[in-house]
Amino acid sequence: MATFNLNINGKSQSVDVDPNTPILWVLRDQLDLVGTKYGCGIAQCGSCTVIMDGNAVRSCSIPVSAAEGTKITTIEGLSENGDHPVQKAWMEHDVPQCGYCQAGQIMSAVALLESNPNPSDTDIDNAMNGNICRCGTYVRIKKAIKTAAKS
Amino acid sequence: MTIVKTKLNRRSFLKASALAGGGLMLSFSWLAGCKPSPKEVALGLPDEWFELNAFIKIGENGAVTLYNPNPEFGQNVKTSMPMILAEELDVDWKNVWVEQADFYPERYGRQFTGGSQSIRQGWQPLRTAGATARAMLVAAAAQTWKVPGNEITTEPGFLIHQASGKKAGYGELASLAATLPVPEEVELKDKKDFKIIGTSKKNVEVNKIITGKPLFTIDYNKEGMLVAMIEHAPAFGMRLKSFDAAEAKAMPGIKEVFSFKVHLDEYEHNFFDTTTHYEMIAIVGNTTWEVMQAKKKLKAEWEIAPEKSIMQSGFGGNASKVKIPAGLESTEGHRARMEEFSKKPGNILRRDGDPEAAFKKASKILERTYNAPYLAHNCMEPVTCYAHVTADRAELYGPIQAPEVISNTLSARLGLPKDKIQINLARMGGGFGQRAYGHHLVEAAVISKQVGAPIKMVYTREDDMTYGIYRPTYTATYRAALDENNNLLALHVKAGGIPETPIAPNRFPAGALDNYLAEGWEIESNITIGAFRAPRSNFIASAEQSFLDELAEEMGKDPIEFRLDLLKRAKENPVGSRNDYDPERYAGVLELVREKSNWGQNQPGIHRGVSAYFCHNSYVAEVLDLRMEGNKPIVENVVAAVDCGIVVNPDAAANMGEGAIVDGIGNAFFGELPFKDGVPQKNNFNTYRMIRMPEAPKNIDVHFVKNDIDPTGLGEPLFPPIFAAVSNALYQATGRRLYNQPFMKELESGITRM
Repeated sequence: MATFNLNINGKSQSVDVDPNTPILWVLRDQLDLVGTKYGCGIAQCGSCTVIMDGNAVRSCSIPVSAAEGTKITTIEGLSENGDHPVQKAWMEHDVPQCGYCQAGQIMSAVALLESNPNPSDTDIDNAMNGNICRCGTYVRIKKAIKTAAKS
Repeated sequence: MTIVKTKLNRRSFLKASALAGGGLMLSFSWLAGCKPSPKEVALGLPDEWFELNAFIKIGENGAVTLYNPNPEFGQNVKTSMPMILAEELDVDWKNVWVEQADFYPERYGRQFTGGSQSIRQGWQPLRTAGATARAMLVAAAAQTWKVPGNEITTEPGFLIHQASGKKAGYGELASLAATLPVPEEVELKDKKDFKIIGTSKKNVEVNKIITGKPLFTIDYNKEGMLVAMIEHAPAFGMRLKSFDAAEAKAMPGIKEVFSFKVHLDEYEHNFFDTTTHYEMIAIVGNTTWEVMQAKKKLKAEWEIAPEKSIMQSGFGGNASKVKIPAGLESTEGHRARMEEFSKKPGNILRRDGDPEAAFKKASKILERTYNAPYLAHNCMEPVTCYAHVTADRAELYGPIQAPEVISNTLSARLGLPKDKIQINLARMGGGFGQRAYGHHLVEAAVISKQVGAPIKMVYTREDDMTYGIYRPTYTATYRAALDENNNLLALHVKAGGIPETPIAPNRFPAGALDNYLAEGWEIESNITIGAFRAPRSNFIASAEQSFLDELAEEMGKDPIEFRLDLLKRAKENPVGSRNDYDPERYAGVLELVREKSNWGQNQPGIHRGVSAYFCHNSYVAEVLDLRMEGNKPIVENVVAAVDCGIVVNPDAAANMGEGAIVDGIGNAFFGELPFKDGVPQKNNFNTYRMIRMPEAPKNIDVHFVKNDIDPTGLGEPLFPPIFAAVSNALYQATGRRLYNQPFMKELESGITRM
């Protein structure tokens, strides 16, 4: 066990855990931020996507020891009331079905738009390729990303 | 206007307190259940709620809470079922709060998500519940104003007596209405007067979803709760021999490691009980990561399980003996056995005319065999369940499509009466049939009982993907007899699978052919299967609709025209009396898709496939357009035409249709779970390929036939036909017919352009 100082959603947090614990489980079990989801544990499905220093990363596969000194944003930190442009676009297109993968999808989309405000279809495909949705909401996700890009 | 008796679901209209001994009505104040869904509600929360019946309560300020009875797994019943209530109650949707009902069948009747039946079977009860509450509000106004009830009208949220100019909000009369007797019969609205049904409403939980609020079982937390994981046998056909828990137990944060029996010996299984693993090892500790690490330190020995026989109830009751064979099965062995069974006579499921004679005199016979592998569900939320079991009661919170069935299993396993078992319905992170099987509720309950604490059990993705409840593997051989003028004389289908046949013998094209023969066969196995989005239909549609495409070509006919000809025959002069589809509605979706897709107007480089199917009481036709980028198909567009009667929430219905199409394309292209010596050969998304955004269609348009027929199923019907739309379009693109799913594997095995 060791103590780690983390910057999550602009807030300093200190946790005492095994250094190998993935960020995902620190968020979910220690910090009660359960919007970030467990899907595969091997960085293949994207349900656990958070933004770390501006990049979309899979929090299930990065140990907490690598998180010190970085800035992490989770779905809970995007906005107070769900009014981030990407969240608003998600509402407008009524994207979710079961909803489980959607936080990860949104975080990938936010990271994409922060680095590339006007993505092409191929840019969107590439940026979202790491996020699986079994409900198959991809067509609406793409529309929502385009709507958010315009706003 | 329709008058309906309220008698059928009268228990729904009684106060909870009046229901002696029937179920529990605890105020479960956590997660989604703790407060209504925060969609934009114009009126705030009232000071007091008045319950008009199980589904409806109204606040003194006019705010309305509606309860969604059925489990939500992404099909959006939590929005659409309350919409039906709101319509008949006659309230403004913007003043409606929605809550998920707990499992409480005495009050809510059928609480089952599956078979695309929620809206179909909920339609009349929900309309009646809404109309009954409205009638009680009218009666309260009549009593207060001392005017005849039949002179009172409503407009959304208000009661009006035109003659005297009196007007009151529902909230003002709700306290009196709640005390009045339930009317014996009530009027339902004319469908033409619907204001809410048929208009798109946003998912009532969209805000919670996009802000990451705790909604799912895996998000649940409670003081003193421990985390549990399980270890099940690594192969079908194996069972636990022994294990050494010492190292796992010594890991940080670990409380207990023990083995447990999922069912007691000699237990008579309920319909949705699985027979996969009878004994598992539980690892219980403080946090998920700690338990995951300890799980890796388990030293378990497994052995070959002997053959076993159990008694299991059918879907409607009637227990029968089920044999679970011994042995470690492999895909290779499955193929050989399926080939062997394909060649033997099957069980005759339907026989019209004299098909044997027709084949004898045929001048040409077209024969094709189609194969499909096992599929894993891969819901994005792995199996998980919360349980707190004490000596005299059990509390569960979990993703479950069929709570009623599992409540019986829990009662038997825990030795508790059903009214001491409370099951609360979590929003499911996907279901697709897999969550009809409630083994996880039993496992979580047994673990909680053993450790004497509330626990949340979480499967790893690997545990989930290798557990079972798979879509079975199937094979179907279609044969068509043609005369010298290419007229169709007879059709013969023989299809089977492990462990079931996919044939629905009275569906199209039965009824359209003078000579028709359907045979089925099955091979038993210890690999467990289960409902998977449109069970059986999801394979047989792909085989049938690919074959009809090839047959149409052989006969020199347009594939849509060919189907319409058959349907015309089935309508005008049907063969047999047990045909379970309406040829006119079936033709209707083909005609609509032909129009909406501009069928016949080919674009350069675009290759089209058409397919249609009827299942779950609804009709769907789909046209898929793709182009080839080298050897890689890019799906440009899909047009679907759907007849499911009245569409309650059109945009959400389209969303689900789009999803089913994407899901189907993914499974058609990539879906496959092979076995070797009983071991599933894929256990996570690095090897099990799921469709991702670049492979999804660039555009999907879902069109609904407009009629006022009572609504039918929608979660499943768009899924089965898309498989053949894919293979038929790929044939147009490559000149190569594909007979083996997954198609990308077959395509990559050597593409030939003919």
